[in-house]
Amino acid sequence: MQRNLNLLVGLFVLLGAIALIFLSLRVSNLSGGGDAGPSYTVTAAFDNIGGLKARAAVKSAGVVVGRVREIRLDPQTYQALVVMDLTQGVPFPKDSSAKILTSGLLGEQYVGLTPGAEEKMLGANDRIQMTQSAVVLENLISQFLYNRSDPAPAEPSAAKGL
Amino acid sequence: MRLDMLSKLGASTLSLLAALGEFKWLGARLLARLPSVSLRPSLVVRQIHFLGNHSLAIIVVSGLFVGLVLGLQGYYTLRRYGSEEAIGLLVALALVRELGPVVTALLFAGRAGTALAAEIGLMKSGEQLAALEAMAVDPLKRIVAPRFFAGLLVMPLLAALFSAVGVMGGWLVAVGLIGVDDGAFWSQITSGVDFWDDLLNGVWKSCVFGWAVTHIALYMGLECKPTPEGVARATTQTVVVGSLVVLGLDFVLTALMFG
Repeated sequence: MQRNLNLLVGLFVLLGAIALIFLSLRVSNLSGGGDAGPSYTVTAAFDNIGGLKARAAVKSAGVVVGRVREIRLDPQTYQALVVMDLTQGVPFPKDSSAKILTSGLLGEQYVGLTPGAEEKMLGANDRIQMTQSAVVLENLISQFLYNRSDPAPAEPSAAKGL
Repeated sequence: MRLDMLSKLGASTLSLLAALGEFKWLGARLLARLPSVSLRPSLVVRQIHFLGNHSLAIIVVSGLFVGLVLGLQGYYTLRRYGSEEAIGLLVALALVRELGPVVTALLFAGRAGTALAAEIGLMKSGEQLAALEAMAVDPLKRIVAPRFFAGLLVMPLLAALFSAVGVMGGWLVAVGLIGVDDGAFWSQITSGVDFWDDLLNGVWKSCVFGWAVTHIALYMGLECKPTPEGVARATTQTVVVGSLVVLGLDFVLTALMFG
């Protein structure tokens, strides 16, 4: 009786443990894209980061190569400083450029790295010089409206430019 | 007349405070019996079997159906925005953060809390607890404390099981019925659910709920009037007070954890 009971309780605890392990490995981010492996840190300054958040992905050619560790405002230049952890073993040339991109139309924002052509590679704590800010929807719309209200509706080339 | 009402208010306040004090005192005495309970784990094992194994069916079936319904319901809204892949994320976040611990605690109060309260209430009205005391056996140590610690252990496991089965239910609806891409379903979940912020907070919540429900059930059983009506009242009170406390605690914990 007692042995049977122990067996059943053991089974119950095992089931609960399996559920917990399933949740942590399959459902949460513990296994996928966590702080996996050694990494090196680079920074990049952007005029506007839009909706980029810490822990956002850093991708190159669509492949995740790192994570955004920290975002802060540089009080001297009033630019946003984005600190990124890149996977060790994926070196990027010194003249690589960083863009802030959006996955899908309204999806999450991430940093896209485009490799350059220089021979020297980015080291720890280096700065990516060429950056392109996030596209802010409001700015786009106001630009569009401003162009629209230009008093030159007669020119067909301007209308085509829209 | 006015004074009469005022004194009634005072009396009910005092009795509420006294009940709270008794409740806290019971908790302190149970905690003090943890070492002696760990010396006889077979008592706790028996209670885990009674509280846990016997709750498995209701927890698994409810979890499955909650997941299925969440998946279908999420699909109706997310379809408008063309983001059906996010069903998995919706189901997983809702289950892990809120529904898993809360619904499991409500079911646990109904399935196991009532059984505890009725069992202890009947033991009390049958004067079995008094008989134990007369034989110099501490009823808190022999009867109540094993149930208390078994309840504490069982709740997080049941809540995890509920969430896991619920996610599988959401997967059945999303991938099986609607035709969402399997890879997109899981990758949305893993990118959106944080281990520390979402999953572990959910586990903490279920631990707190397990403590609250078990403690309330044992208190109601021990404090009931030793009559059939008293036992009936204790079982009802266990479900009512237990559910309300779980929902109230959930609000406080959510505000603290995710606020």
